[in-house]
Amino acid sequence: MNKILLIIKREYLSRVKKKSFILMTILGPILMVGIMIVPIWLSTQKSEKQKIEVIDESFLFTGLIPEKDNVHFDYPPITKQQARDGFFATDYDAILWIPHNVLNGGQSGIELLFKKQLSNSTQQHIEYSLNKMLYEVMLAKNNVNVNFIKDAKEKSTIKMFTKQLDEVGNEKNTNTGLYMGIGLVAAIMIYFFIFMYGVQVMRGVMEEKTSRIVEVILSSVKPFQLMMGKIVGVALVGLTQFLLWVILSTTLYSFASATILKDIEMKQIQQKEEVITIGANLDWEKMGKNPEENEISKLLNDFKSVDMVSITLCFLFYFLAGYLMYSALFAAIGAAVDSEADTNQFMLPITIPLIFSFGIAQTVMQDPQGSLAVWFSMIPLTSPVVMMVRLPFGVPPWEVALSMAFLVLGFLFTTWLAARIYRTGILMYGKKVTWKELGKWLFYKG
Amino acid sequence: MNILSAKNIVKKYATHTALDDVSLDIPAQSIFGLLGPNGAGKTSLIRIINQITGPDSGEIFFENEKLSAKHVEQIGYLPEERGLYKKMEVGEQALYLAQLKGMKKAEAKKKLKYWFEKFEIDAWWNKKVEELSKGMQQKVQFIVTVMHEPKLLILDEPFSGFDPINANLIKNEILNLKAQGSTILFSTHNMGSVEELCDYIALINRSKKIVDGSVKDIRKENKSNVIEIEFTGNMMGFTNSLWTYGKLGEHSVEGEICKAQIQLTPGSTSNQLLSSVLPAVEIHSFKELVPSMNDIFIKKVSEGNALGTQSNFTE
Repeated sequence: MNKILLIIKREYLSRVKKKSFILMTILGPILMVGIMIVPIWLSTQKSEKQKIEVIDESFLFTGLIPEKDNVHFDYPPITKQQARDGFFATDYDAILWIPHNVLNGGQSGIELLFKKQLSNSTQQHIEYSLNKMLYEVMLAKNNVNVNFIKDAKEKSTIKMFTKQLDEVGNEKNTNTGLYMGIGLVAAIMIYFFIFMYGVQVMRGVMEEKTSRIVEVILSSVKPFQLMMGKIVGVALVGLTQFLLWVILSTTLYSFASATILKDIEMKQIQQKEEVITIGANLDWEKMGKNPEENEISKLLNDFKSVDMVSITLCFLFYFLAGYLMYSALFAAIGAAVDSEADTNQFMLPITIPLIFSFGIAQTVMQDPQGSLAVWFSMIPLTSPVVMMVRLPFGVPPWEVALSMAFLVLGFLFTTWLAARIYRTGILMYGKKVTWKELGKWLFYKG
Repeated sequence: MNILSAKNIVKKYATHTALDDVSLDIPAQSIFGLLGPNGAGKTSLIRIINQITGPDSGEIFFENEKLSAKHVEQIGYLPEERGLYKKMEVGEQALYLAQLKGMKKAEAKKKLKYWFEKFEIDAWWNKKVEELSKGMQQKVQFIVTVMHEPKLLILDEPFSGFDPINANLIKNEILNLKAQGSTILFSTHNMGSVEELCDYIALINRSKKIVDGSVKDIRKENKSNVIEIEFTGNMMGFTNSLWTYGKLGEHSVEGEICKAQIQLTPGSTSNQLLSSVLPAVEIHSFKELVPSMNDIFIKKVSEGNALGTQSNFTE
């Protein structure tokens, strides 16, 4: 046991001291925070005020297009040709030309001429505003009372609250988008962790085999000790990295939000986050109604409705157990082959369930209690990813327990299997190993 | 007393038998040569003694105790294919391997300093292994094999990869260690070093032990009873004087000096032969032709191969 600790220590320290580890540990959070902060920061940067001259030949819109904080409209009394000719002498960013017959088929001939590409939101603003105004004009032209329409629209906009009702009658708010987000993030992390560190285990085993140190070490310890020492050592490296990432990201994020984003109200950030995590499209129809406050408080409430503590605990469990199960297999591959090039044929069958589980994540999200979701959250090879996707939606405790038990069994089984391949393969040189060969190794006597 | 006894070791792999009922006794404080052609089963046997693999049947005793995990600390192993962690610093690595052999860190450090100074490589302590020359790496490897002062030292082709100066250094260390009480088991093809160093040998061919015993005895058993005599005088008279003690084999005449190889007839002694030829010619030299270990090795292996029907398996 003492020796296995020595091995764990070496595996851990030799990796943690590597430049690549330190670099990854520092760059990871910077990247992550960058991905989170930069879009928010960019979007809140007051982009230069854009000035647009409107040549409105129909006179329907003159002076009426709503201004936005960074878009300004002027209505100079000149013709389109004049505007075009003098365009580059002025500081206008764009010319908006509305033909005189806009009410009679000219609506599809509106032009926006610009020097440099306008921002998407500016274009959308113009399009939306003109569209809306034209719509109202058309209604008025046909003697429809615009106010009726407005009123009807307002009163017919519904809002549905989704709540889960439990047996005792307690209501629980649910937010599918939020659950999807949490599940997906957790699943992605498990997927990458297993891959990244599983391959590290495989490389480590191969390094020992090809450098031939393995025979020296095996004269002191049992093959199983060496294999487990490596797997556990690398797991600790992974946990260290994960922990450092969480700590660094949080620090960086709070630092960044305190400095770069200090002008931006917290509300805004949260709203953007919501947009990012849920990926919901901004509803232009609703924009005018200032729904911010409701949405944010709802999101915060929804967050409270998710049992983050048990999700985090489950995450750690699936994170570790999934890794342990897969890394034993990776170790066996490393032991069986002589060079990295030979790993491919054995890698494929191992990575397929992992990639597959990630592939069906979308379907699982659509129907978290469906039979597909339930089955694949039980099978050990797919359960770490699939169960994490399901968990935020609420999974019966017995299902979680069963899945965990299966995963532990799976881990014990793959470790047993891997140990048998490992102890034979690690001392076998210059042999092209086939599946059949691996099968035979399982039955060799130690 | 035997430091190690192997009793009826059998090791089978899927398609062949690596060791077939091999028994060995390695006397304490001796140098024991394990000989045999490639693929004979030497490495399999060594791995079993090192508990890297286990035998299918048979037992190994270390100082009359059944070999078990605790004995790894008393065995030092230098495999034929040398290897160290390339990216790890020399000192750190040596300490790690010493601790795996059960040494305390402080003690290991002290021992290692001693050896590093002795081999004049103490300046390399903080270097990475990949920065060292091959010869240096070999020295480091030798040190990590012996630093825990094992009672049994197993060296697989210890001289391969060393230049003559370093090979000599290692040879002297081996003799030193023996003088200090270690037993050395070494496997080699180099028959010169066997004659020079070994007290005992065992010859393995095609997974079977075919000869073992002390080098002296084996040579005696395999002596050819051929006497080479150099003399001046009449060849005819010499031949007649052999009487029934021996038969003339190869012979040559170079000027005045005649050279003849005489095969003693069974039951005759060299003294009888000498006294018989003394009156006939003038003797310049009279010596028994002793077979070298190399001759014995080749003879035994080819005898075995002629008898065996099994194809020679190469691992």
